[in-house]
Amino acid sequence: MAESKKHRKKDTGTTEAAPQRDTSSAVPARLAVLKTYKLYVGGAFPRSESGRSYSVTSSDGAHLANAALASRKDARDAVLAARKAFGGWSARTAYNRGQILYRVAEVLEGRRAQFEADLVDADGVSADEAARLVSAAIDRWVYYAGWTDKIAQVAGGSNPVSGPYYNHSAPEPTGVVAVVAPPQGPLLGLVSVLAPIIAGGNTAIVVASERAPLAAVTLGEVLATSDLPGGVVNILTGRVAELAPPLAGHADVNALDLTGAGDLAAELEEAAAATLKRVLRPRAEEDWFADPGLSRVTPFLETKTVWHPIGV
Amino acid sequence: MPDTALASATTASNTSLRAYLHGLPGVDEVGARARAADLSTRSIKTTAKAEAIDLAIRMVDLTTLEGADTAGKVRALAGKAKHPDPADPSVPRVAAVCVYSDLVAVAVEALAGSGVGVASVATAFPSGRAPLEAKLIDTRRAVADGAGEIDMVIDRGAFLSGDYVKVHDEIVAVKEACGSAHLKVILETGELVTYDNVRRASWLAMHAGADFIKTSTGKVAPAATLPVTLIMLEAVRDFRAATGRQIGVKPAGGIRTTKDAIKNLVLVNETAGSDWLDPAWFRLGASSLLNDLLMQRTKLTTGTYSGPDYYTLD
Repeated sequence: MAESKKHRKKDTGTTEAAPQRDTSSAVPARLAVLKTYKLYVGGAFPRSESGRSYSVTSSDGAHLANAALASRKDARDAVLAARKAFGGWSARTAYNRGQILYRVAEVLEGRRAQFEADLVDADGVSADEAARLVSAAIDRWVYYAGWTDKIAQVAGGSNPVSGPYYNHSAPEPTGVVAVVAPPQGPLLGLVSVLAPIIAGGNTAIVVASERAPLAAVTLGEVLATSDLPGGVVNILTGRVAELAPPLAGHADVNALDLTGAGDLAAELEEAAAATLKRVLRPRAEEDWFADPGLSRVTPFLETKTVWHPIGV
Repeated sequence: MPDTALASATTASNTSLRAYLHGLPGVDEVGARARAADLSTRSIKTTAKAEAIDLAIRMVDLTTLEGADTAGKVRALAGKAKHPDPADPSVPRVAAVCVYSDLVAVAVEALAGSGVGVASVATAFPSGRAPLEAKLIDTRRAVADGAGEIDMVIDRGAFLSGDYVKVHDEIVAVKEACGSAHLKVILETGELVTYDNVRRASWLAMHAGADFIKTSTGKVAPAATLPVTLIMLEAVRDFRAATGRQIGVKPAGGIRTTKDAIKNLVLVNETAGSDWLDPAWFRLGASSLLNDLLMQRTKLTTGTYSGPDYYTLD
């Protein structure tokens, strides 16, 4: 543990006060208070039901922290939490959802130093690059916060039909979406897949990057303090091969985002077919800095079309 | 174990009943909670779990007790009672359907020949605040319409104010009105305040002729908690040892998940014994529990988690 703490300080160059060793030999050096990385389910931070954890290492192999190793039952609990939160979240006005997503960006901005340190540790990137990644992640929240109340105008509208009908289409959220976050891009990649799903009014269960899950857990802390109702986002850390199959087969999950599923994607899509889930397949070589448009929002929206007679 | 010197209960006075009931050993509250919590940590998996789920389904009294109940809703519930999962004929049927007394005739017709019993709440359920004559008319009407089981409520006001004779005599009168129908006596433990009172009410009801003692109406919280069920199971165990008569137990209200149901079954097996692990002696009063049991059953047979969208809302 001490080693990882040192490692973090060295790379981030933060200006924490040095331990005051020289004041008095009778006062022992302060013990660092290390964070327990847990899951984020239903607005709370539970440990894994299985009691397991695994060691998360930095890009050069040093131990950073232990993360919870979630089990199939944690995935099930997360689905329950997401389903419970769906009614309230989807019923909020799109404008209100936008305000909350913007609030997430605000809170994230306030904790950027911590995320930059996380990224330096996890990916071995330079401090400048880490700052650029965190800025892009914050901007992405703002981007989707702006979209929430404009999706309907772009993805829906009134349709010209041949007949005495007023015909109107409106996008509605698909429901509970299970997401396999990309293994690369512990923060920007995660935000890029998660934000569009909840912007549309869905609730999400995220399987965080197996290799670098710490930023995801810290993001959970940001979400928990951003007026986002508990259960709208649920974050699981652990083995993708263990968590993704029960989510893909779960009858109460409505859609799958397989962005980070890798070799498992085909198998997961097959499992999802039994309950006719929407599936977003992984794409080759994502550029997380590129303008995503609505390409990640519309796959998780259902179009409702209403025919209303006129002239009577 | 209490002595059984209550042979002349029907002619007893409040003083003698009080002396008897308050002479029962007190309940160790902390101990009861700890015992129930300890037993609920048992891990029941795979084949044992599959058996427990099927047994729990067979023990369910599928219940609808709403002011908004209609004949249509009772018929729908009866259909579900006969075939809980239409997609899987291997699912056993439930023990009984439990309705208000005015809907008994509808339930009896819908369940004719199915083997599923019809239970009716009676005696001014859930408060029990009505004249005895009204309670008896309510009961006789339900029995005449074909109810095989009557769920009556005790007069908690009388019980709490120490008028044990009134409670006792009401149960005796309703038992007589039941004729051949089984009588379940609802203690409404959520209103009895102490575990000692739960034990006293259990013994009073058993002496008065109850065939079943039931925890709650489901209209008062807390309803069927594990320690309360534990105390009632101890009571029926001791009562059989003392008198040779076996009484059933029915926790009702607040049992919503398969896990809750299995905890109850463990409690039955470890407290009263395996003789009670049968729908004739143990029932689960519930409505939403059945769907969760079916979902868990599907999980065990298919390996994937099911969702509430695939089961009827009732």
